[in-house]
Amino acid sequence: MPDPTALAARRGPAARRGSPMAPPRSFLWARRVFLTLLTGFVLVPVYVMVSSSLKPLADVSGSFRWLPSGLTIRPYIDIWSTVPLAKYFVNSLIVAGAATVCSVVIAVFAAYAVSRHTFRGRRVFTVTVLSTQMFPGILFLLPLFLLYVNIGNATGIALFGSRGGLILTYLTFSLPFSIWMLIGYFDSVPRDLDEAALVDGCGPLGALFRIVVPAAVPGIVAVAVYAFMTAWGEVLFASVMTNDTTRTLAVGLQGYSTLNDVYWNQIMAASLVVSVPVVAGFLLLQRYLVAGLTAGAVK
Amino acid sequence: MTTTTARPAVREEPPGAAPAGAGRRTGRLRRIGLPYLLLLPALVLELLVHLVPMAIGIVMSFKQLTQFHIRDWGAAPWSGLDNYKVSVDFDAPVGEALLHSFFVTVAFTLLSVGLCWLIGTAAAVFMQDAFRGRGLLRTLFLVPYALPVYTAVITWVFMFQRDNGLINHVLHDQLHLTDEPSFWLIGDNSFWALLIVSVWKGWPFAFLIVMAGLQNIPGELYEAAALDGAGMWQQIRRITLPSLRPVNQVLVLVLFLWTFNDFNTPYVMFGKAAPEAADLISVHIYQSSFVTWNFGTGSAMSVLLLLFLLVVTGVHLAVTSRGRRTADA
Amino acid sequence: MGAVTLSLVLAASACGGGSSTGGGSNDSPKTLTYWASNQGASIEIDKKVLQPELDKFEKKTGIKVKLEVVPWSDLLNRILTATTSGQGPDVLNIGNTWSASLQATGALLPWDAANFEKIGGKDRFVDSALGSTGVPGQDPAAVPLYSMAYALYYNKQIFADAGITEPPATWDELVADSKKIQATGKQAIGAEGANVSENIHHVFVFAKQHGADFFTADGKPAFTDDKIVEAVKQYVDLMAKDKVIPAGNAEYAQNQSVSDFAKGRNAMLLWQSAAANLTSQGMSEDAYGIAPVPVQSGTPGTGTQINSMVAGINLAVFKNTDNLDGATEFVKFMTSDEEQKILNTAYSSIPPVRTAQDDPAFNTPANAVLKDTLAKSAAPLPQVPDESQFETAVGTAVKELFADAAAGRPVTTESVRAKLEKAQQQMPAK
Repeated sequence: MPDPTALAARRGPAARRGSPMAPPRSFLWARRVFLTLLTGFVLVPVYVMVSSSLKPLADVSGSFRWLPSGLTIRPYIDIWSTVPLAKYFVNSLIVAGAATVCSVVIAVFAAYAVSRHTFRGRRVFTVTVLSTQMFPGILFLLPLFLLYVNIGNATGIALFGSRGGLILTYLTFSLPFSIWMLIGYFDSVPRDLDEAALVDGCGPLGALFRIVVPAAVPGIVAVAVYAFMTAWGEVLFASVMTNDTTRTLAVGLQGYSTLNDVYWNQIMAASLVVSVPVVAGFLLLQRYLVAGLTAGAVK
Repeated sequence: MTTTTARPAVREEPPGAAPAGAGRRTGRLRRIGLPYLLLLPALVLELLVHLVPMAIGIVMSFKQLTQFHIRDWGAAPWSGLDNYKVSVDFDAPVGEALLHSFFVTVAFTLLSVGLCWLIGTAAAVFMQDAFRGRGLLRTLFLVPYALPVYTAVITWVFMFQRDNGLINHVLHDQLHLTDEPSFWLIGDNSFWALLIVSVWKGWPFAFLIVMAGLQNIPGELYEAAALDGAGMWQQIRRITLPSLRPVNQVLVLVLFLWTFNDFNTPYVMFGKAAPEAADLISVHIYQSSFVTWNFGTGSAMSVLLLLFLLVVTGVHLAVTSRGRRTADA
Repeated sequence: MGAVTLSLVLAASACGGGSSTGGGSNDSPKTLTYWASNQGASIEIDKKVLQPELDKFEKKTGIKVKLEVVPWSDLLNRILTATTSGQGPDVLNIGNTWSASLQATGALLPWDAANFEKIGGKDRFVDSALGSTGVPGQDPAAVPLYSMAYALYYNKQIFADAGITEPPATWDELVADSKKIQATGKQAIGAEGANVSENIHHVFVFAKQHGADFFTADGKPAFTDDKIVEAVKQYVDLMAKDKVIPAGNAEYAQNQSVSDFAKGRNAMLLWQSAAANLTSQGMSEDAYGIAPVPVQSGTPGTGTQINSMVAGINLAVFKNTDNLDGATEFVKFMTSDEEQKILNTAYSSIPPVRTAQDDPAFNTPANAVLKDTLAKSAAPLPQVPDESQFETAVGTAVKELFADAAAGRPVTTESVRAKLEKAQQQMPAK
């Protein structure tokens, strides 16, 4: 059973090492070739995205060119006026942020229950939750919409078209995987710790928040990142369940391929701008991610 | 509602006051009730967003739900098994198209999952030992996964354009591999284009998971193998790969389900009318319900898809007899 | 859990649709929600065009109109979900080709004589536009708002360089002229091969010119009719056989052919009311000419001389609006002479309102061609409830044929028939 705090501190994959034996030539060459090719495969689209976002429109609507004919930051200025990008950005932040927070909190409770308690229906619960991963989104798009509308009609809580409805939807998208991962992670947190806390007079929730959660930070971060990315990138439900005021980036970006012309440079600039928060966050938190996955998902 | 009223009640309990004073019975009740209370939010939400809509979807699949009836679907006429019959009548065009789409999706999913796994595992194994620039490479490799789906796909579409795209610029203009610039977004090549995008986007997830899995392999195993004189390649074959088996079983299943149900990638790439060669089932069903306004048939197709995935997952779980956690819970 | 699920399902189905009672009310007389389709170069431009007019309306009537410009990619889905749930706008724009399909849902207010009376009578609108408002013989599901027609846009400079003095009037001439243009190194004519709707608009015209209809008089699909096959083949042959449409256009679906024309890469473009679009892309109005879309022979007219669909946008009222009077008032406002002039000028479309159409603003040479086409040689797309399925099925078939042509695979009468056969079988069974 790995000690989670140690895992969090560890920077990278465990070294295979133990033996001083140097890897053979064939291995080094294979590694060099493979990683070079893979780097190219990964980098080319990233390069295209960055370079195209700095090109004048003429460069991106004609034949492809590796190097821009001139660099311009014009696209980065224009993107904000071509479509109300700032508004979509705020919407996406609110929706993805709220969905993440709720999803993590709910998943922590549920995973704690499954990991630390025995109760009837435990197995049914885990299987049911996991099985929702199998549902094709398209099957429940329209029914969910109808349900939201009817809840709205019956209770006055506006779910359809509102950010609330979208938050609710997205948080359940990431919930199953999050719960499942956290169960794994919590299982790896030594039980003696929270039992000691219980003996010390903490309630079960006290034990959860004082012992289990702090010990499970990497797992929780991993789950949060996953939830945020899920919400940030979803297209299908956003296209039907949002309107002018609540539209998210995923749908709003379509605004750049307008009636007139496809402003590829602006599309690339906007793509870059909307990617930065997720990519930066993701990369900053990557070591937690690896640690979280190590204990939670793959143990 | 229940959650907001119930939870503070538990939390307000002062940490020092052990349940002892409150009496044995309430304490026991609380202990039994607590797990359910903790599960309640998750349960309610799953019920609301997944299970109930799915049940409604199943009900819809037995209805005749075309534009003549969508306005009041409750009152739409029942059509019995008609929607299913249409969907699985593989001699007629609708069924034939569904079957074709199904095969395309299966081929696509197998290739995509296979390649994602292969690349991800290879990269993780190659990067198991420290070397200069490893940290940088690892960060770089995670970028495709971190990018929002639509930005990644849009960039690829830009590159796949026939006349102005990078791919043809390289293949045709610079390397002269083709006589004519090829099409990637229409026609048969669209399958490969979709596969490339899917693999580009998906392999880092496999990389991440395998990387995590490698950490759980005890170093002593390698030491012992090294003492036995096993070389690097043999260590990988004898220790690394077998040790990854449990990880792979989960990884492959998750990748399979995600890839099979993926809607975002093909939809952003091809819009509402995907080329035949890349007609993935999720978009196909979307088209069958939303574009041609036949939600009954569309729902029936989704239910069939769900049944298929249930069977696959069931078989997978049975074969790998995974479920240490889930099954014995 | 099963019981809870069941009861929730029942709850949802009990009020499913929510609008089964039909009829609107006047519960909130001071506000309206209006979904406008995206007409201008971007959604933001549309807001700038429409908002001042809505302010005028508010000043006049005290009714505040909440505007949402919906992108085309989302519009039909939004209307569908609004229809299903009963939660929609009060007034909305619909593509006029959807009229019959949406009429079938029963979600839109029928424009009977009494309703038309409230906005000044049916006679105010030109007949061609009224022909695209629903199934013939039923009360229209919407009121015409903007009318558009296809025309042949040609680059004057490229024509002069190729030694062409007159725009082509027949398809043979168009192909012959295209060869001259290609000899100068330019591309001849652009098309949106992967755009399902554009494909439909063109093959519809070709079918008319071959004397055929996609639907029989009683509304049954007849896609495999010999003449239809010929018609579709003639359109695709512009790329497959005549090679006057560049192969690369087979993957166009985002109006790249318009940009190609605006940038002077293509000599010709078949498009509906493209002026505002071309201007916004920096093409000066002197640089291009506008001519009627070619016919097989002779001059455009009725019957086999049809050379355009009746394109346009209709204004519809959602039946369960809670401001019925206000919605009607708004339709009246939007179809008034003054607003018609302002809006149709902004979008370079033609007013479907007779009195507005007579305004000198719509008598420029460019508009004259469009107006003439609409009046004399345009026909509405089939006004059948299955229109949207028809667009998808046949439009996709044409897209696939273009893909074949572009890839160098032969496009034969048999292959065209096979695709159309498949499209026909995908239509809902009657």
